[in-house]
Amino acid sequence: MPIDILMPALSPTMEEGTLSKWLKKEGDTVKSGDVIAEIETDKATMEVEAIDEGTIAKLLIPEGTENVKVNTPIAIIAADGEDATAAAAAPAPAKDVSGVHEAAKNGSGESGSAPAVAAAAPAAPVSVVVASDPAIPAGTEFVSMTVREALRDAMAEEMRRDGDVFIIGEEVAEYQGAYKITQGLLQEFSAERVIDTPITEHGFAGLATGAALAGLKPIVEFMTFNFAMQAIDQIINSAAKTLYMSGGQLGASIVFRGPNGAAARVGAQHSQDYTSWYSHIPGLKVVAPFTAADAKGLLKAAIRDPNPVIFLENEILYGHSFDVPKLDDFVLPIGKARIHKTGKDVTIVSFGIGMTYAIKAIDELAAQGIDVELIDLRTIRPMDIETVIESVKKTGRCVTVEEGWPQNSIGSDIASQLMEKAFDYLDAPVLKVTGKDVPMPYAANLEKLALPSVADVIAAVKAVTYR
Amino acid sequence: MAVAKSKVGSKSAPAAGRKPAAIKSAKPTASAKAPAAPLEFSREEDLAAYREMLLIRRFEEKAGQMYGMGLIHGFCHLYIGQEAVVVGMQMAIRTGEDQVITGYRDHGHMLATGMDAKGVMAELTGRRHGYSHGKGGSMHMFSIEKQFFGGHGIVGAQVSLGTGLAFANRYRKNDNVTLTYFGDGAANQGQVYESFNMAELWKLPVIYIIENNRYAMGTSVSRSSAQTDFSKRGLSFNIPGEQVDGMDIRAVKEAGERAVAWCRAGNGPYILEMQTYRYRGHSMSDPAKYRSKDEVQKMRTEHDPIEQVRVRLLDKGWASEEDLKKIDADIREIVNQSADFAQNDPEPDASELWTDIVK
Repeated sequence: MPIDILMPALSPTMEEGTLSKWLKKEGDTVKSGDVIAEIETDKATMEVEAIDEGTIAKLLIPEGTENVKVNTPIAIIAADGEDATAAAAAPAPAKDVSGVHEAAKNGSGESGSAPAVAAAAPAAPVSVVVASDPAIPAGTEFVSMTVREALRDAMAEEMRRDGDVFIIGEEVAEYQGAYKITQGLLQEFSAERVIDTPITEHGFAGLATGAALAGLKPIVEFMTFNFAMQAIDQIINSAAKTLYMSGGQLGASIVFRGPNGAAARVGAQHSQDYTSWYSHIPGLKVVAPFTAADAKGLLKAAIRDPNPVIFLENEILYGHSFDVPKLDDFVLPIGKARIHKTGKDVTIVSFGIGMTYAIKAIDELAAQGIDVELIDLRTIRPMDIETVIESVKKTGRCVTVEEGWPQNSIGSDIASQLMEKAFDYLDAPVLKVTGKDVPMPYAANLEKLALPSVADVIAAVKAVTYR
Repeated sequence: MAVAKSKVGSKSAPAAGRKPAAIKSAKPTASAKAPAAPLEFSREEDLAAYREMLLIRRFEEKAGQMYGMGLIHGFCHLYIGQEAVVVGMQMAIRTGEDQVITGYRDHGHMLATGMDAKGVMAELTGRRHGYSHGKGGSMHMFSIEKQFFGGHGIVGAQVSLGTGLAFANRYRKNDNVTLTYFGDGAANQGQVYESFNMAELWKLPVIYIIENNRYAMGTSVSRSSAQTDFSKRGLSFNIPGEQVDGMDIRAVKEAGERAVAWCRAGNGPYILEMQTYRYRGHSMSDPAKYRSKDEVQKMRTEHDPIEQVRVRLLDKGWASEEDLKKIDADIREIVNQSADFAQNDPEPDASELWTDIVK
């Protein structure tokens, strides 16, 4: 029986990659452990070893092919004694591993009872209405880039601009970033300004805060915000409060950034959304961009900001491409929401990866005659509640979408603020779509259930519109 | 002729030619019992030391009194007994250039760096012209002018922060050093060792001054610490350390100068364990039942840092009783003025509630 070799997933969030090189050719014999190909992901170039033994009957994907989806058959191996030519001709039965990787696309999750939703390929460029951003002049040219590239460009530009800016964290220099966000920075700025730390979150967060008190402008990369829980005392007690405690004499211009929230299939300790935790703290600013343009413009603003800024990224969004304005110095204002799409029937408020659920829901809702206005908060603290209120005055209904837990969520706060400030305009209770109130499970089906879904968003919108 | 009491570390300690003595226990050692007396002070140094230490003593006594009168509230950790540590170290550095950072027992550090007694006392009473406009309190005052970076209430947090101040010195390629003070209690916090590791790894110019006053609140060193010789706490990171008689300001200054020279030369961090003693409770609300009155009394009568200098000044004929009374009167005047100021200064304007949250 000929064996299909499938494009492997080489990281928890990998969805596709480039088959950069074949190290075996058709007719070669392979045994278990032989390196047969090199595959480049958005994070690294990895070698692929054969597990099965036999003869390469056919290479299905030529080397140099980009965007090969995970689980695509890339070669066929004929087992010993099989006719390689026949094996190449016969369609091989695909190995059923799809369930394993489905959860990696957690942005496209929908429950069984949900109406069918056209799920866009997660890595496909998302069309974004950035025209509502007054910071971008009319007629600006846009280029497509990933969130990952946008973040790197933002840091590189600010490091060129200001010698006091440096980046410090685990694997940021020699390794080029655990998620490749700092790729190339060591080469351009040297080890003086791109600093690998020991695995010491509490210590290096404190050290960087001390350097900020001395007037430097550190960018602290946490490999993920899950690990920043070790450092949260320094972030809150030292970075956020010193300006106030010193009567304005001493503050910390510092950015704490890194991926936040669930990635895919990494379990409870590595899948937590800290947005509401940090948004609770006076003295901090909290930014959670969705698009590459916002990631770039807001990270540049965060680095320049004289205050500590928590900059929450998302691992799944790193590889997503968006149009980014081609401007020499594109800086966005912290504290301004962006109207992603205007509409008249209901307001959806979201941010970060929550936007992926909302965006998928609004097409389906449009098909059902519900015209959604979608607001991307971008900054969680200070929150641009005015933009939300203005929208709710028009629509009379509001649904919030986020991956974090329900109690004391960002949605809870928005609901409370709307009660106080827009009660007379509400035609329905504000509903929250959140992650479920459970630690993140590992199993694919359970993880999918624990995260919010497009169906949840659609159901909430229908509920508040009484449809 | 001076001998460092003990030195540890893989490197040769900077005091070349001196013979390190055997490592002593963490018990404070009177200078009289030391293997060799530290270098004598000049008349000017002894007079300055006397004055500075007395200012802290009288200021803290006044703060304690005002706490009892209900003028100071909350936490108030007095520095009485430990004055030689901070005054001696300040004599070894460049005030206004080298940074100083400490924990919550911080009034002495502020006064030693030259911060104004009025501003410190007014912060203790929570008034408008306190260093933090009344928004910080006893544990949270800062002075960029004096390069004093607080005043931190989370035990051990200042160790990482101080390491970061030293990082900034190295980043800017200047030769300033950072004095990072913490206590024997904080020395057991994890982030201290995270900081030691990075400081030695990157050769940061930071002097870790462990003020071992023998009690972490109510827990004695021997009940809390597996290794009671704090000068050895950097051993596994190759950070040299010494135990210093923290009640003898001459020993403090001498060790401080060694450590400063080590750091300025780019050799990385240095640890000084200052063996000292606090006469008062951990904070104003501490009855201090974990130690005997005799123990306290013995320290006060035999090892008091100020009395040591006073006796020297008199014995050497460098000052008369009259001269010292005059200094005492001057100091009392400064302290009384600060107390008057701190009581009469208005509370902060209500609008201060909403200022300085973000810039």
